[in-house]
Amino acid sequence: MDPALEELKEIVIAALGESVLDTSESRGELSVQVKRDDIERVLTYLRDNVNCQFKQLVDLCGVDYPEREERFEVVYNLLSMSHNRRIRIKVRTAGQPVPSIVGVFSTAGWFERECWDLYGVPFEGNPDLRRILTDYGFQGHPLRKDFPLTGFVEMRYDDEKKRVVYEPVKMTQEFRSFDFLSPWEGQPPVLPGDEKAEQAAQDGNGEGS
Amino acid sequence: MAQNQIKNMTLNFGPQHPAAHGVLRMVLEMDGEIVDRADPHIGLLHRGTEKLIEHKTYQQATPYFDRLDYVAPQNQEHAFVLAAEKLLGIEVPERAQYIRVLYCEIGRILNHILNITSYAMDVGAMTPMLWAFEDREHLMEFCERVCGARMHMNYFRVGGVARDMPEGLAEDILAWSERFPQMIDDMETLLTNNRIFKQRTVDIAVVSEAEALDWGFTGPNLRASGVAWDLRKSQPYDAYDKMDFDIPVGKYGDCYDRYLVRILEMRESLKIIRQAINEMPEGPVITEDRKVASPPRAEMKSSMEQLIHHFKLMSEGMHVPAGETYTAVEAPKGEFAVFLVSDGTNKPYRCKIRAPGFAHLQAMDFMCKGHMLADAVAVIGSIDIVFGEIDR
Repeated sequence: MDPALEELKEIVIAALGESVLDTSESRGELSVQVKRDDIERVLTYLRDNVNCQFKQLVDLCGVDYPEREERFEVVYNLLSMSHNRRIRIKVRTAGQPVPSIVGVFSTAGWFERECWDLYGVPFEGNPDLRRILTDYGFQGHPLRKDFPLTGFVEMRYDDEKKRVVYEPVKMTQEFRSFDFLSPWEGQPPVLPGDEKAEQAAQDGNGEGS
Repeated sequence: MAQNQIKNMTLNFGPQHPAAHGVLRMVLEMDGEIVDRADPHIGLLHRGTEKLIEHKTYQQATPYFDRLDYVAPQNQEHAFVLAAEKLLGIEVPERAQYIRVLYCEIGRILNHILNITSYAMDVGAMTPMLWAFEDREHLMEFCERVCGARMHMNYFRVGGVARDMPEGLAEDILAWSERFPQMIDDMETLLTNNRIFKQRTVDIAVVSEAEALDWGFTGPNLRASGVAWDLRKSQPYDAYDKMDFDIPVGKYGDCYDRYLVRILEMRESLKIIRQAINEMPEGPVITEDRKVASPPRAEMKSSMEQLIHHFKLMSEGMHVPAGETYTAVEAPKGEFAVFLVSDGTNKPYRCKIRAPGFAHLQAMDFMCKGHMLADAVAVIGSIDIVFGEIDR
């Protein structure tokens, strides 16, 4: 691990230890998972501390992992220009509101709106949590993994009504999603269901039977 | 005598306004001719790029990046291929790195020509656009000669570039780069000391250093506020660490400074273009790793194994090891980044596109507050927005 990253990780853990749930480092990038309710405190510390100086929030986005218990991850990418470093902060939520960080970084406002629009993650304290990218009156949150690529409604101009109308999507051909994964290369290392066997073995050890 | 209550007027600016640079709809609350609040409505060009990329293989995803900031498509592709390369952990041949740098700088000039001239037109100067678009056309010809498309190049590949530069192209670009400074000079005589242009831009929408950082400004807009920050220098990628160039920095952070920074950046880009061509080494232009890049046509015709590689790459695509990366490049408009999450399959699990214009446009409200309506147009021009990347 890069010594500068190691140092940064130690600073973060020393100062914010009780908020940090997990840290990981890969490909020269440090990512820290923190408690949802502490996000504002964590980011304020990272912004103001002399050794961190993460003065800029460059990106905020959501990621959806439907198989997890807390399916949404909100990812904050910070940049420190004086130290020439980046750090990634993550919080998880199952749809519970995430504290807004507009008070820490003004630029978060639209990014949070975007995350709300596309993933349906509410941000508590954002003064203007409207949809931003999708159409006026759009229903649903399109970047969720369970939202179909084709969407639910399509739009056209109706010449009789002299206005734009929305109708359910009609496809002449079913949307084709090809499964290219070869059975011996594309499989994840753990087959679905395998974890149960491991679980059973562990339970067995714990009870000593 | 009854008192008259004066109500603020709400004004719809765009989406069909020529100064809206595309499909910006802005709801302006006006107090007389003073802007009280600006509320940009975006998303009229939203095409769901991020969702589409989740359903495409890595190679199929690159063309979507051309269609984000369609003024400088190369730079967007660059961010995506760099991110994928980082996850794959592959080395790019040196010649490919130089070609990429060369085309990224061409993209930067393409972008700055369009921005400066259309900005000038918004505030009343017509001629720069008519003059400088000839050079844009030359640059697009260079793009066409290398990949066959004028704008949406789809030229960068994970592991290198699609093909080598044809013979004679480097000399032509070099010759053009000797001619172009004259055009910048001409443009500057029209604008830099032009009284009308300065009246419209000097002291308009002043952004301090602290404000610029707080609002997530990057690129020329940040540098105009006095922050010497350029990813090409501070976090160099590809061959940028071998290039010798300077970073122009503004002083006051007003619309005029943002214009000046872009003018100077074009001159710096020309330096990089010359260096990239003069120092470009010979060699392959795409990685030899057959799990990533398809083999040359000739090998495919004679080797069964290469044919299999080609077939697998064109149908299934490459597999990228699980992991995530935030990879940023210095696009002409600012920090353009891709947050790429891979789950080990042939499709990205999540590809968040960080568009610089998104953050810049958000700052419209605080930049326009207290200015006249006509200044809002100058502000839009000076922050350099293109809707392809903002709406994604």
